[in-house]
Amino acid sequence: MQIDLLIEQVLNGVQFGVMLFLMAAGLTLIFGVMGLINLAHGSLYMVGAFACAAVASMTGSFWLGLAASLAAAAAAGAIVEVVVVRRLYSRGHLDQVLATFALILVFSEGTRWLFGSSPLYLNIPSALSGAVSLPGGLDYSLYRLFIIVVGIAVAAGLYFLIAHTRLGMRIRAGESDREMIAALGVDITTLYTLVFALGAALAGLAGAMVGALQSVQVGMGEPVLILAFVVIVIGGIGSIKGALIGAILVGVIDTLGRFLLPAALHLFLPASQAASIGGSIASMLIYVFMALVLVVRPRGLFSANA
Amino acid sequence: MPMPRPASREAAVSLALLLALLAGAFVAQASGETFYVTLATRIAILALAATGLNLALGLGGLVSFGHAAFFGIGGYACGILAIHAYNGEPMVFGLPGTQAMPVIWLTALVASGLVAVVIGALSLRTSGVYFIMITLAFAQMIYYFAISWPAYGGEDGLSTFVRNNFPGVNTMRPLPFFLISFVLLVAGLFFFKLVRDSRFGAVLQAARQNPVRVAALGMAPFRIRLVAFVLSAMMTGVAGALYVDLNRFVSPSMLSWQMSGELIVLVVLGGTGRLAGPLAGAALYVLFEFLLGGMTERWQFFLGLILLFVVLFARGGVVGLLAGRARHG
Repeated sequence: MQIDLLIEQVLNGVQFGVMLFLMAAGLTLIFGVMGLINLAHGSLYMVGAFACAAVASMTGSFWLGLAASLAAAAAAGAIVEVVVVRRLYSRGHLDQVLATFALILVFSEGTRWLFGSSPLYLNIPSALSGAVSLPGGLDYSLYRLFIIVVGIAVAAGLYFLIAHTRLGMRIRAGESDREMIAALGVDITTLYTLVFALGAALAGLAGAMVGALQSVQVGMGEPVLILAFVVIVIGGIGSIKGALIGAILVGVIDTLGRFLLPAALHLFLPASQAASIGGSIASMLIYVFMALVLVVRPRGLFSANA
Repeated sequence: MPMPRPASREAAVSLALLLALLAGAFVAQASGETFYVTLATRIAILALAATGLNLALGLGGLVSFGHAAFFGIGGYACGILAIHAYNGEPMVFGLPGTQAMPVIWLTALVASGLVAVVIGALSLRTSGVYFIMITLAFAQMIYYFAISWPAYGGEDGLSTFVRNNFPGVNTMRPLPFFLISFVLLVAGLFFFKLVRDSRFGAVLQAARQNPVRVAALGMAPFRIRLVAFVLSAMMTGVAGALYVDLNRFVSPSMLSWQMSGELIVLVVLGGTGRLAGPLAGAALYVLFEFLLGGMTERWQFFLGLILLFVVLFARGGVVGLLAGRARHG
């Protein structure tokens, strides 16, 4: 059934988008609160995936691995913040780009040192393997559905945290005026470390969950990082809502483009040509979309601090 | 004796670095170590690419994280023209390929310039972090296109088999090819100095320091920045064509984000906005790569640490160290 296939692809797109959201939320939070552009965010994604794969293969439990990925990424994030990133808040973007680029080199080579160059494999836990029947008779991978649910839960949790807790209030205050909140007696240094560790943990969670779908290897984080950049450019830097909407848009457009474009071109081109041309155009689609958004709204759809 | 003015000290440092590179290549050739001639060629070509970036980044303050796009477009212009000439097959519109370097350089110049007009016009609508991410994203778009377009090798890249020709020069020998690259580097540095000291360069630097004031004086920062961005891309594009001739191979890795990052590293390591900054940075980088790479497989780990140290504690780069700090930071 064509319609079933289409729905499945839409769900795959949402799953991809949700994963991008986990990355983009941390990036946009760190930029919004500390004004830092963090290229090493992809490395934290990789740390999460490796921690999950290592712990899961040692203990045999995916769930322990998932917990380890959160802990490892948060810890790595906190250490990086205290040792390096803290010195970059007052610097220009160029210094931030360069220092976090250097961090990528250190993380990537360090991981290769520890785990070797060959990819690790992470199995989907048995409780989540197999397919589930959705209303309407469509069978869909239970694990991908799990990722979607976790992503939505994280989005709801973040909303609650930012909008309705004391910590969230401080984060928002730090976004608007960091000197004032420091003068009011809030320990801004610790707050920044916390926000950075939170963003890192989200990236690690994304890495661990995707690690079970793909292989876990060095360099897995950077392509996702760049897509997350596209997401927050579209959504508006600093806006969690923008990150969520941008991520789902990018995920669905990318997945559907790869599925629909070759098929559409096949209507008037031979199959092999349609596949190669369609594939090439589809891989550029989200960037074209980003360019269009920029032409209309240079600061993204939901810019927080215009 | 009075201290020489910083500007003339900078000129002296630039000249000394150029002469050292030239002398290094000749000494290597004389002692039969042609590998080191190739190393010097690599330094010259990367320095040219980074000098291009230095126009946008150093003078204009435009942190382009997508200059690999232009480096790669120049590279592919070279690879595509050469392979068509090699196979004798016409390209689109029945145009023949060519192996003449001047024609290839011109094509690389025009191709990267045209793409830079489009990318620049869109990206320069924004600034700051947005600009960094958007230039990165556009470069990534071209990277993925090169990977998924099968006609010119896709992910595997394209081998051009023989080096292209320059009238009257045997380019297959290392030293003549080094000299070609060296002359282009000198021309690039001369152009950079010309732009920096011109009225246009003054406005460009003013637009970096205070765009509002420049606009208040009746000059549009957008157009000035766009021109600088395009010029910068063109120079990097020519360097890309040379780089493909050096390796006789072009692949999507020339378009990758790591390449963009490396180009920024070259500029900052040497000294942002300084005339000889990219040359000093490229020399240091290639030597690091060679020396560390000879000692350990994990050289990138140590490169990362060194880079972190430079960014955090040693601002101003090599040229800042040798010729004093820039007059306007």
